[in-house]
Amino acid sequence: MGATRLGRREPAKAQKPSKVGEVATWADDRHGLAALAKKNVRKVFPDHWSFMLGEIALWSFVILLLTGVFLTFWFKPSMAEVVYHGSYDQLRGIPMSEAYASTLEISFDVRGGLLMRQIHHWSAMLFIAAMFVHMMRVFFTGAFRKPRELNWMVGGLLLMLGILNGFTGYSLPDDLLSGTGLRIADGLMKSIPVVGTYVSFFVFGGEFPGDDIVSRLFTVHVLLIPGLLLALVGLHMLLLVYHKHTQWPGPGRTEKNVVGFPMMPVYAAKAGGYFFIVFGVTALMGGLLTINPIWLYGPYNPSQVTAGSQPDWYMGVAEGLLRIMPGWESELFGYTISWNVFLPGVVAPGIIFTMVMLYPFIEAWITGDKREHHLLDRPRNAPTRTAFLVAMMTLFGLLWAAGGNDLLAVTFNLNLNYITWFMRVAIFVGPPIAFVFTRRWCISLQRQDEERLLHGYETGVIMRSPEGSYSERHLPIDRTGAYILTARDRDEVYQLPAGADGNGVAARGSLKNKVRARLSEFWFADNVQKPTREELVAGHGDTDRELALHAGEAHPADGHQYDGRHDVAGDELRKH
Amino acid sequence: MLLTALLLTGGAYAVLSPASAQDDLAADEALVDRGRQLFLVGCASCHGTNAEGIVTSDGTQYGPSLVGVGAAAVDFQVGTGRMPLAEPGVQAPDKPAQYDDEETRALAAYVASLGPGPAIPEAEKYDLEGVDEEGVVRGGQFFLTNCTACHNFAGAGGALPEGKYAPPLQGTDPKYIYEAMLTGPQQMPVFSDEVITPEDKEDVIAYIQSLEENPSYGGFALGSYGPVAEGMFAWLLGIGALVGFAVWIAANSVRSKKRTKA
Amino acid sequence: MTDRRDNEMAVPGNEDAALDPHASQPGDPIDNPGLPAHQPRPTDVDEAAEKRAERQVAAMFGLSAVCAVLFCVAYFALDIGSEPDMFGGIGAQNLALGLALGLALLLLGVGAIQWARKLMSDHEIVEMRHAVASSEEDRADTVAALKQGVDDSGIGRRPLIRNSMLGAVAALGLPAVVALRDLGELPGSSLEETVWRKGMRIVNDVSGTPIRPEQVEIGQLVNAEPAVFFATDEEGEPVYEGHELQAAKAKAAVILVRIEPSEISPLPAREDWGVQGILCYSKICTHVGCPISLYEQQTHHVLCPCHQSTFDLADNARVLFGPADRPLPQLPLGVDDEGYLVAMSGFQEPVGPSYWERGES
Repeated sequence: MGATRLGRREPAKAQKPSKVGEVATWADDRHGLAALAKKNVRKVFPDHWSFMLGEIALWSFVILLLTGVFLTFWFKPSMAEVVYHGSYDQLRGIPMSEAYASTLEISFDVRGGLLMRQIHHWSAMLFIAAMFVHMMRVFFTGAFRKPRELNWMVGGLLLMLGILNGFTGYSLPDDLLSGTGLRIADGLMKSIPVVGTYVSFFVFGGEFPGDDIVSRLFTVHVLLIPGLLLALVGLHMLLLVYHKHTQWPGPGRTEKNVVGFPMMPVYAAKAGGYFFIVFGVTALMGGLLTINPIWLYGPYNPSQVTAGSQPDWYMGVAEGLLRIMPGWESELFGYTISWNVFLPGVVAPGIIFTMVMLYPFIEAWITGDKREHHLLDRPRNAPTRTAFLVAMMTLFGLLWAAGGNDLLAVTFNLNLNYITWFMRVAIFVGPPIAFVFTRRWCISLQRQDEERLLHGYETGVIMRSPEGSYSERHLPIDRTGAYILTARDRDEVYQLPAGADGNGVAARGSLKNKVRARLSEFWFADNVQKPTREELVAGHGDTDRELALHAGEAHPADGHQYDGRHDVAGDELRKH
Repeated sequence: MLLTALLLTGGAYAVLSPASAQDDLAADEALVDRGRQLFLVGCASCHGTNAEGIVTSDGTQYGPSLVGVGAAAVDFQVGTGRMPLAEPGVQAPDKPAQYDDEETRALAAYVASLGPGPAIPEAEKYDLEGVDEEGVVRGGQFFLTNCTACHNFAGAGGALPEGKYAPPLQGTDPKYIYEAMLTGPQQMPVFSDEVITPEDKEDVIAYIQSLEENPSYGGFALGSYGPVAEGMFAWLLGIGALVGFAVWIAANSVRSKKRTKA
Repeated sequence: MTDRRDNEMAVPGNEDAALDPHASQPGDPIDNPGLPAHQPRPTDVDEAAEKRAERQVAAMFGLSAVCAVLFCVAYFALDIGSEPDMFGGIGAQNLALGLALGLALLLLGVGAIQWARKLMSDHEIVEMRHAVASSEEDRADTVAALKQGVDDSGIGRRPLIRNSMLGAVAALGLPAVVALRDLGELPGSSLEETVWRKGMRIVNDVSGTPIRPEQVEIGQLVNAEPAVFFATDEEGEPVYEGHELQAAKAKAAVILVRIEPSEISPLPAREDWGVQGILCYSKICTHVGCPISLYEQQTHHVLCPCHQSTFDLADNARVLFGPADRPLPQLPLGVDDEGYLVAMSGFQEPVGPSYWERGES
């Protein structure tokens, strides 16, 4: 078996001084890395498709670095005015910034330049999309819990920096759409009370649009943020390796171990192969699908605008908020506060980001859970957490749709104004409905699991009792399946400290504790707990009894004959 | 009542529009006569038997007056199938034309005979013969300044308030683009010949045509709807495909029933 | 299931498997059954299947190399520039390069993964986790070492040094902030001013032609600019160009419309701001500053394509819908000696998005 195959490789490594061995010796003589590498060469990573979502983001980042370097060879981050004389007929002779002209050059006069531009832009979209789905996976499975809170925060920072870098990136070509985006960013800055006007003038180097913003954004886009991203990605990976990856519960998989494939060779091949797949898919998209055809938008001109002026998708939530916000402004002692811009454009993103960063601590405070967790939760087993994320996703989805309300109107023949009004109401009504619905759905799934554990699965065999009543035969599920269903923690509702409750006298900090107890009660309310060993035995007793009833019959149909799941021979249930 | 929104260009043309828009179509009496016959059958129920418009009892316009709208407006509305209206709505959609070319000419002649208005432009105004490369570039600047706000950067169309929309320009007959600028059908504003000169208009049309002749440099255009469509493709196609690959990579491969190696 | 551990103990990296007892946890209803036995794949037990998989992987790598060569062929063979090659209405070079590169990468990736899935050992191995927290002893030692360091420095005993050092470090923040002062000039009153002056002609954008009232029809929209943007100085140089033109345009762009005079309801102070129903408004949205020119001639509404604020131009550009709060500023119109439309003054309030210092208009 496997041992023999592996055994064959063994002597080659240990005895003959191979080329690899020589290099390793050379390196170890100088750095003494063998002790460190010994463990990590065969580092174990568990295998599950959802563990690869973060990899999409990682590889997209690598693609961004590669294609981005290519683009910098031609891109000129300058707002100096030049007259275009390149290959694109429809803009020849038009004055424009060097930034825009050089982007046209990359698109029309550098072979492969358009492809690199499009790959760069597509992988930026995928980079942030992958971070979102990765984050959703981590959230749904509770992988952010102790000891991984810090890594969750690093991830949150990565997401924010990624979005910021996306914005600075699509603002660089200085085309009409990016200029319109900067115009809106200028409006957002100006809405900040007290300092807003100064912020705008300092960012743009004077009055909008100025002649500095492209070169400043360029430095931010290619140096500052990528540097931070690189450092944080490194930290993210380091913590991942240090903590070892989480895993799904299953036979042989516990809080104390991690089961999977070794880094060398399986994981290296799979992860390395996945890099090429991500790059390949992105390259195909760059070859087949137009993205950001800047030549159609024309150079930025503050008196021009186009229908369909939207930011890239990851800014869609902010765009939606801006669109559905009612027009509120206040005058206070002769000063203006534009709530209509400041709230959706500055305050809301701030609140969302803070909530994301603090979430692990908020949940731990409510649940009082201080244990380490290396086994993942099935989303159904944390109904409130799952429902909370689904509610947030509903909110994001609605705002996202609101950010494209004009295209919804055109595509589906809807009334633009009605869509806006619908969204103004829906963002308050939709998420609570989604929350309640998801929570009940999770609890129903938990009940179904409990049912399967205690009473087995439905065999489809209909039995008629001597009295003439019909019933469907249930059989216990297999041991592995049953173990997986029970491999989870029992929920513990936070209890008020005894002193405060017993005497009816408010102890210090009791309000906080009461809130906490209430929240904790709400958090776990109606959750189904896994059965105890006794309950399980009692449950199985029922099925056993049922089987026993029919034991004497000529053709005792226990159901295994029909479900195709077990080998009938040697089935211990048939002994009954 | 929604028909009020369907007002064509106001009757005020009769007073305000330049006298130069006199039309020789109206001089052809036989044609005018035939046009009147067609009008009485197909148009009079909304626009009135003398094209004076019909005002409902609550004061709203049922069908607007056509006095002074000119032959160009008729040619546009009837030629693109927008008129006659199939059903009331916020906006008359284009559809296959209900009248053939000769009938459309007759209707145009009749309406032109009611009062001076913009004439159907001669073919040389929009055949793009005289447009050079510079003209196309200029046309692009006019297009981006005056048209893209509603019709989008690639002429793919866009939304207006209350369910109205700016239709796509791709594939539209140059004559109708010219007439639309000249007469301002429905909600579209007028771009008079004095401000956007006939040469400017021809340049705009040349630019739109040149976009259609350009290859789609970067691959499929995704409807030219901008970042919203791109985001949708990033998620559905990009993330969809990559998650699909991830599922494949992590899936268990086929297992053998055989236990030992032969 | 039984002999699994004995077999895999020998695999490097799997030493932990022996230390991994699946003792039943108190309270768990079902004991952990332990890792299931390894099931061989066809490639593990069937020589022919193994060879087939090997050929498959090698074929993918080979095809990948072919695609890489095709990329180079397409790079040199297909033209871009002003006379690009086309393929089915699509730019041929981008398409060919993308397909070749994409397939080359994809085949390489799929091949590597197929190699891992079919041919590399798929024995799962076990690694134990160790408590993240250090031992109590280590913690105590670290705290003691830290304390020793702090004590040795005497930072607690010498408040003079401590406070003066903190003060010095804090003071370094000042240069850091002050050095950024020249990022931009101060706003001053620049947001309140545009280039519009009394008597300045209103000209059509792009062409720069001045406009007479009789050239503007009912239902017309003119995207207009101040004449100075098309003016030249004594030396024939444009008065405004480059980023100065952009900045001035970002405030001065206007729209001119003509509405049936009977439908206009001007504010009392604005009754003479129009000329025969011709009205002029700022083109810059009062929400966040997009140029706004989706004009509906029948309703006289103008819509912003960015966030859908809707203004009624017949009613002093009152906000009808959307996130904007203030009407579009209006420019008073008149006619000069030669009969062209001119501004009768500048804008009487700041144009564009709100800002803190804007105050009451």
